[in-house]
Parts: sequence; structure tokens; C-alpha cells
Amino acid sequence: MPLFNMTATALRNLFARPATRLYPAEKRELPAGTRGRLTIDIETCIFCGICQKKCPTDALRVERDAKRWSIDRLGCIACANCVDACPKDCLSMETGHSPAMLTRDKETHTPAAKPPAAPTQP
Amino acid sequence: MATRTVIPFGPQHPVLPEPVHLDLVVEGEKVVQAIPSIGFVHRGLEKLVEKKDFTEYVFVAERICGICSFIHGMTYCHGVEQIMGIEVPRRAQYLRVIWSELSRIHSHLLWLGLAADSFGFENLFMASWRIREHVLNIIEATTGNRVIFSSCRVGGVARDIDDATLKDIVARLEGLATDLRNLGEVFLDDTTVKHRTVGVGVLTKEHARELGAVGPTLRGSGVASDMRQLKYAAYGDLAFEPLVEDGCDCHARCKVRVREIGQSIDLIRQAAARIPAGEIAVKVKGTPSGEFFARTEQPRGEVVYYLRANGTRNLDRLRVRTPTFANLPPLVKMLENCDLADVPVIVLTIDPCISCTER
Amino acid sequence: MIEPQPTEVVTPQRLMELVAVLHADGHRLVQIGATSLADGGVELNYSFDKDGRFSNLRLPLAAGNLTAPSITGVYFCAFAYENEIHDLFGVDVKGNKLDFKGNFYRIAEKTPFLRKPADPQASPPAS
Repeated sequence: MPLFNMTATALRNLFARPATRLYPAEKRELPAGTRGRLTIDIETCIFCGICQKKCPTDALRVERDAKRWSIDRLGCIACANCVDACPKDCLSMETGHSPAMLTRDKETHTPAAKPPAAPTQP
Repeated sequence: MATRTVIPFGPQHPVLPEPVHLDLVVEGEKVVQAIPSIGFVHRGLEKLVEKKDFTEYVFVAERICGICSFIHGMTYCHGVEQIMGIEVPRRAQYLRVIWSELSRIHSHLLWLGLAADSFGFENLFMASWRIREHVLNIIEATTGNRVIFSSCRVGGVARDIDDATLKDIVARLEGLATDLRNLGEVFLDDTTVKHRTVGVGVLTKEHARELGAVGPTLRGSGVASDMRQLKYAAYGDLAFEPLVEDGCDCHARCKVRVREIGQSIDLIRQAAARIPAGEIAVKVKGTPSGEFFARTEQPRGEVVYYLRANGTRNLDRLRVRTPTFANLPPLVKMLENCDLADVPVIVLTIDPCISCTER
Repeated sequence: MIEPQPTEVVTPQRLMELVAVLHADGHRLVQIGATSLADGGVELNYSFDKDGRFSNLRLPLAAGNLTAPSITGVYFCAFAYENEIHDLFGVDVKGNKLDFKGNFYRIAEKTPFLRKPADPQASPPAS
């Protein structure tokens, strides 16, 4: 009767490299196109507000007159619906994930050319 | 007359992927009756449809469950498209089939790992999940995320896969063939594994039909029923027959799922060979009005989405009947007169996805 | 539509007759679903399938009289659906062979899905 069918695989695993990675010393190469983090090219943005309408979690706020675009990073689910909807293609998805945060502040972007400019935060 | 004790099983149990509660009435070591109770992860997602725009609800639908997420999103989009009479481009339909089958492969590999864990074979559990990592890498490269794909939209799909990547996907899946065969041999031929699964959790063909079983639970009891026979998406163009086993026990269901992984790889190969060029989405204009029962085949069985729309941007009613909900009565039947030690194996054999069940 | 989905509106007596006929013909119970209407009523949908052919029976219940007969005598698996519609919608199903008496779904608020009349979110029901 077949017994110990797993032996070959188990022995192979015993003498092979581990399947796990020594994170954070060794980071995983994320494939291009991974939806990690939303970024905006604020200079191209026309503040039309379409991204705010399309966001399923209401994580984006666009103020047309004050020329401010802000995002609640913890509310963003990285679905890229706004990226597909933006008429000026100024939104894009980076591969890296958002770093951990201690407070739930909104992250605001304003074009640098318009005085008085609030400094653009990273 | 033996005394009866009630032993609570769940919601916290090492073998359960998601919380479900069973009150097991036992006499000695034999379970006489099992009484289920759910509601631990009820999120009221059906009510959320009243607040979300019908095009945005697809993101909520795919988060009903993490393992079968793409097919939830696809069924929702399929339902809305049928109500509105939207003709989805053929290329998008083929891409949906490819992602559905990838979803099925990763779900069955996940289940194989959990089943091995339920009878204590941790090494086999890790081996299954190690193979599953390769499938998740393919999914991440094509959709952007490992588990929640976010690639289905009403009217089509959000991303395209070019031909070179399709060839690479087929090559990578075929590269897993040796590992999958070794895994299959352990699950289906090894004597110790068979000792835990053969003759355990018997559900006869009559009971399976009477009690409304779906998916591999039904096909493992000899009934050839698979919703992919309805020819939604591009399944009408692909050669497909439901896989049936007659064992009616946990071993038969395990065999159905192992064979379905091979079948899914074959379907992906067929789809990649026949995929036509073209658009991947059409623009959605207007609002839906009408009703439809969308039925598709998830890895766990038949899922039914009842959508009812009244011409506004919010749907009037969305009712999701997931396969695990339909498999709860058969589970209660299978647990009658089983040994207490077999309860984890039997609970896992229906592939419980409780977050689907409770939405 | 990808498949025809015939729906017949029934009364409780007609429902019991048709359910027995469908059972004898070998149909499988697919689901029992409830839809809460804007006027406080509830509509029950009983769906059946045989070899891929779908059919649906619709039982409308008026507000204030949310009772329905149980089909567990014919399809025992209906107990799960009938307990669910009782816990979420407040529909009183008479004769359920495995009645959990409100303890099937552990939720904090009773009948959360039942829309009260003059609910600001209610939209006109599809006719």
C-alpha cells in the first residue's frame, strides 16, 4: 500500500533553499503594474473633481477654487478607478506600498506655481 | 442510555478559515446532531447597494470574499450587463475566463492546504501553499494585486493582458505540472490520508440533490452540475465538461478539486489560444432598470446574484446566495453519526467561506 | 438575456401546490430570497433549477402581514433560507421544521433589512 508518498518532496525541501524570504533584509521585487500607491502630477491637474466622484471610498477631496487635492491614505483601497477616470492622466499608481502611518491626516497637494503656495508634502 | 453533551465548535478554531459556530450534540465520541449558527462576520453588504453607485458597487462585491473575489465581481457585472443589455467585447469575456480560472486554481490550492491542516499534515499544507504562491505571482503581474483583483468593471475589464504575457502564463502553469502531480499523489493515494478521508462525511446522491448541495460537494456525489455549462462569459467557446466522482465522501470531493485544478489549467490554455483581438471594455451609458438572477460557478459552487434596478443610479435590491450557504444543510446532514475527531475534516470538505455566507 | 428566467406570481396556496409539483419533477431548490419594498411589504422569490433551466415563484407579502408557509416539508434544505428571512426581514414562516427562533443569525439589531415605510432611502419598487 502506498505510504510515505510525501517523502521525496519533504527531503527535497529539507535540502533546498527556504521558500520564505528574509524580509526586511531581502525585499520582494514587485511586478510593474502592481497597484501600490496613488500619486498625482499636481501641475497637470485641472481640479475637475471627477476622481472624487469616482472614488468608491470617498478618499479623495478636490477643491477647485483653492486648487487643493487631498487624499486620505488609509481610506484609499488602490482600486485605480480614479486613474482610469482622470481626463488629464495626471494620476498614476506606483508599485511601492504606502508606508505605515501614525495619524490619519489627509495628504494635500497644491501646484507650486500659484502664490501663496502651501508647501507640497511628500 | 448514553448521556448527551453539547460541545461548542467555533467560532474560534484552528482549522476554520472563517468563524462559524456549531453546537455538536455528542454521545461519547459520536456526534449525534450539529446545530449551526452564523452571523459573526455579517457586514450588511447587501444593504450597502442602496448607497453606492451601481458602477462603484463592483468594488464592494469583490470584497464580499477574499478567496473567490474575482468571480463575485464578475457575477455582479454580468448581472448588471444583462439587465442593461450591454454587449461585452469578446476579448474582455476571454480575459474574465482566464482570471476566473486562475482564481479557481488558487482557491483549490488554498483548500487543499487547509484540508491537509485539518487532518494534521502541516508539511502538505505548506507544500500546497508554496505552489499557490506561483499562481498569486501570475495574478499580481496581470491585475496589480494578489487577492482582490479589481479588474472587472461593468462593461468589460480594466486591464489587458498582451499575447506575450499570455504565453508566459500558460508556460508557468505548465511548469507547475510536476509539483501538482506529486501533490495529487499524496492527497489521493497515500494510505494515511485516505484513512482520514475515505468513508468520512458520506453524502449520498439522493441527499445531495434533496438538500441543495452545490459545487464540488454535489459533483463529488455523482451529480454532473456546473454553472459553467450555462455558457456565460466565454465558456460557450471552450471545451468543458463537469468533473464528477461517485465516492460521495471527503475523498471524492478532494479528488474533484484536484482534478479541477488540471481542468482550469487546460481552460486557460484554450482561452489563451483562442482569445480574439479587440476592445476590453465598452462605455456604460444610462442606468439599469429591470431584474435578473445572475448565476456563475465559483470554486465552491453556484453563486446566485439577484439584482433589481429601478432606473436610478442605486440598485433597488441585491441578494447574494453564496455556495457555502447552500451547502450548510448538507453539512448538517454529513455531521450526523460521525466521530468527533472527523468534525474538522467534514466541516472543511464543503470548503466553507463564511464571509461569503454572511456578507 | 443569457437564459430565460420565467417568474410566476403566486398566492400561498398556489406556492405549496407548485412546490410539490416541482419537487416531484426533480427540480433543485436554488434559493429563497426576500426583497423589502418601500411600502413595508416584502416579496419572496423561490428559485428552482433543473438541468440548467431556471424558474422562479414570487410570493408578495403585504406590510403588517408578513407570514408565509414553510416549504421544509418538501425541501428540507429550505430551513436555512427561512431562518435567514425571519432573522433579517421579520417574515414569520409558519411550520419551519428546523426553526431556530431568531437565533440563526447573530446580529445586534432585529430585522435590519426590513425597510420601514417613508424610509428616506426607499426608492419606488420596480413594477
